[in-house]
Order: sequence, then C-alpha cells, then structure tokens
Amino acid sequence: MSEPLLKVENLHKSFGSLDVLKGIDLELGRGEKIALIGPSGCGKSTCLRCVNYLETPNRGHIYLDGELFGEKKVGDRHVHMSEKELARQRATIGMVFQGFYLWPHLTVRDNVAIAQIKVNGMARSEAYDLAGEVLRKVHMEHKSDEYPERLSGGQQQRVAIARALAQRPKLLLFDEPTSALDPELVGEVLNTIHELANEGRSMMLVTHEIAFAREVADRVIFMDDGGIAEQGPAKEVIDSPVNKRLKSFLGQMLERH
Amino acid sequence: MIEFLTVYAENWASWWPQIRAAIWVTLGLTGFAYVLAMVVGMLIALGRMSRSALLRGLCKGYVEFMRGVPTLVILFLIYFGLPSFGIVFDAFWAGVIGLGLSMGGYIAEVFRSGLQAIHYGQREAALAVGMTPVQAFRYVTLPLAFRIILPPMLNMLILLLKDSSLAALITAPELMLTAKDLASSTFLPMHLYLLVGVLYLALTLPMSFVARHIEARMRLGAAR
Ligand SMILES: Nc1ncnc2c1ncn2[C@@H]1O[C@H](COP(=O)(O)OP(=O)(O)OP(=O)(O)O)[C@@H](O)[C@H]1O
Ligand SMILES: [Mg+2]
Repeated sequence: MSEPLLKVENLHKSFGSLDVLKGIDLELGRGEKIALIGPSGCGKSTCLRCVNYLETPNRGHIYLDGELFGEKKVGDRHVHMSEKELARQRATIGMVFQGFYLWPHLTVRDNVAIAQIKVNGMARSEAYDLAGEVLRKVHMEHKSDEYPERLSGGQQQRVAIARALAQRPKLLLFDEPTSALDPELVGEVLNTIHELANEGRSMMLVTHEIAFAREVADRVIFMDDGGIAEQGPAKEVIDSPVNKRLKSFLGQMLERH
Repeated sequence: MIEFLTVYAENWASWWPQIRAAIWVTLGLTGFAYVLAMVVGMLIALGRMSRSALLRGLCKGYVEFMRGVPTLVILFLIYFGLPSFGIVFDAFWAGVIGLGLSMGGYIAEVFRSGLQAIHYGQREAALAVGMTPVQAFRYVTLPLAFRIILPPMLNMLILLLKDSSLAALITAPELMLTAKDLASSTFLPMHLYLLVGVLYLALTLPMSFVARHIEARMRLGAAR
C-alpha cells in the first residue's frame, strides 16, 4: 500500500479558551474523496483550514505527499516555515470557500490566471491558455472577460473552482461550496464537483448536502465536538449510522430537505 | 467695475512673474507633502492593524495627535521650535514636513478604513492560491482598497492644497505669502486676495471635478 496523500496527525486547535479541535487523526489516499459532516460549530471548517495552514494548528502535524506541511524539522524540533515556503506549499492545495471570494477587480480569466503569473512566473499567454482550459472544464469559458459581479452565485463558485484547478493541485478542499447559493443554483456547482470527482481527484469536502456526500464521497467522517465521532464508507455511514449523535444529525438533515 | 479690472491689466506684467513662481511653490509644497502624507499614512495604517499592541497604540496616538493639534502649531514647532535643538529646515521643507505629517494622520484613517472594508476572505483566497502575505496585499487587498480610497484621497489633496497657504506664516514663498507681500507694497489687498482666491479655485476645481466623476463611477460599479 502506498503512503497516503494527506495525513493529519493529532490535530489540535483552539481559539483563546475555546478548544475547537481536540485531536483529529485522518488519512486521505490518492484519488480518495472524503466528506466531512457534522453539526454547525463542530470544527469542520477549522479542520479544513488547518490542512492548508490558513489556521495554524496548536498541536499536531499535517503531511502532504509524505512531506511535513507548514513546518520543518530542525533537529527533532518542529518549527514553522517561512511565509514564502508556506506559500509554495499552499499552492499545491486548491481551496474553494463558501463565499467564493473571487477578486472583483479582475476579470474571470485574470482571477484564474493571476496566481500562475505572479506567483509561479508563468508567461501570461501560457497562464491564459491554462485559464481557458480549466474554465472550459467548469463550463465557464464564455465568461472569461466578465467581471465576477456580473455572474450568478453558481457561476462565481464554478470560476472559484477553476481558480483552484489552475493550481494543478494535489488536493482540493471544499468548504460548504453550495451553502451560500440560492437553491436553484446548487445543482450546477454539485455537478461540477461531481465531474471532478469522477476524474479521480483527491478531495476533502465539508458539506451539508448529505445525499451528495453519500453519492460522491468514498468515505464520510462525522465530526462532533472537535473530534471524529464516526467514519467509514459513505453509504454505510449514512445509511446505517451507529453513533447516536450522528443518527439524530442525519435525521435533522433529512427533515430539512 | 471696469475701473476695478483695469488695475489688473495695468499691474499684470509686474505681478505675474512673482505669482507664477509662487504657484509653483504652492504646487511643490502640496505635491511633496502629499507624497510624505501617503507614506506616513500607509505606515501608520499598517501599524494600527499590526499584531503588536504597542505599535497599535503608538499609531493610534499619532492619529489622535495630528487630529487634535492645528496644522499651524505643527508648522511652527518644526520651523521655529526645532532649531533650538539644532534641527533647521528652510521654510519650504519645514512646510512640506509639517503639512505632510499632519495630513498623514488623516490619510492613515482613510487607508485603514479602506483596507478594513476588504473582506478577509479575499485575502485568504489569495493565500490559498499560494500568494505570500505580501503578494496578497500587493495584488488583492491593496487594489481593492484603492477603489474605496481614491475619492477621499482626492478630497485630501484638495484640503492639502488649501492648507498649504498656512506655510505663508512660516515664510515659505508660496501663493498666499506672495500675495500678502504684493498687497502691502501696492496697497491693493482686495485685488490681490481676490486673485489668489481665484487661483486656488482654479487649481482645486479640476480636482473636485475628477473626484466627483470617480465617485459617480464607483457608485455605478457597486450598483451593477
Ligand atoms: N477565527 C476564529 N476565532 C475565534 N473562534 C473561531 C474562529 N474560527 C472559528 N471559531 C469558532 O470555532 C468553532 C468551530 O468553528 P468552525 O467554523 O470550524 O465550525 P463548522 O463546523 O465549520 O461550523 P459551520 O457548519 O457552521 O460552518 C465555532 O464555535 C466558531 O465560533
Ligand atoms: Mg464551516
């Protein structure tokens, strides 16, 4: 068995006196898709944000592709990387946010290409080719010259996905990518994510769309109170939950839909 | 009325060379002070958002000081006060420094509110694609804040141009002082102060026009 793509080891995170993550351990294999579910405030976003060090863990380590992420070893001590080294590592993980966060002063094309041009030193023409390629993938190429504010929420989110794809990421992180969307726009974004999943990409997805998680994810992790309360193959966990809290959580989610 | 105007025609040849030179001094004062104010303002604004409580406090203190103390007092401190510590600036540069430091406090607040108006998610998205914090600031936060900052910044420039007349009181040979000298040597104060008033207006009106134009465009942009 080859080593996992992502390894999260004893992850702890607190904000002031609030302990949000209380020791998370998980592994994600190459091409594997994990869905993180759980009640609001249980730490799903925080966990995802620790994976690419948008939040700095208080304890524990992240390994991507066998390499320490966000830290390096000096002797047998772990120290934080410089901002530059961290940025280079972050570039290998794509992240899609609930609020899209496209940059309103740039066209769709530039939103997707700017990091390649300014960070990776890619030639503009090459970066634009790449932008065209990933925008085609999310069916947004025809809007390349538009500014984000002219797009619907679903279109904006698909552009945000293209922006992540342009990084040629080893891993894609989605934090509730459809929660900010009007109901009629959810489908197009889920379809896009589904297509990416079918390409065999590795992803970690926080979602409240239980049916989608069941269909797309290989594995579902139920987080509760800063820890992993139950995990297993998606259909098993969702169809026959064991944990009592998970049962009631799933019940609530089904009621809502 | 005609009589009043003929005075200008008669004296124009002797006034204009001095007035023209003074306009350049006024523009120089304003320009250099504005650049200084922007540098100071940016540093203070960043300081006010820093992680260090001490730095935040110092920068807040700077803003409060500049807001509460008249610009004229600052100018006098620099031009008349500092020489007793052996620090001597000529009138022009004392004016630039005084006006710049004073305006810097206001500009810091404009910068800060502009930067804080940018949602943190915009910056995080930049970090997530692999930008360093400096790159995220340079390519995302700053250009976004710029759109918010621009109209008030132009208004600050107009204020500064008018405030540069205060430098007359520390003998900088700018428009106001030149007018005053001419007025007392020709005994034509009404003519001369009216003339500088019109000249200040001629300099500031185009700026107000540009500022209003940009503001209107921004509003359109936001409404789209
Ligand atoms: N930067 C922060 N500072 C302080 N507290 C925070 C911060 N970020 C998150 N928290 C707190 O940590 C807890 C977990 O937040 P998190 O966003 O990870 O939850 P979540 O599982 O993603 O919830 P949701 O489903 O509502 O998105 C919450 O109580 C939240 O208020
Ligand atoms: Mg969340």
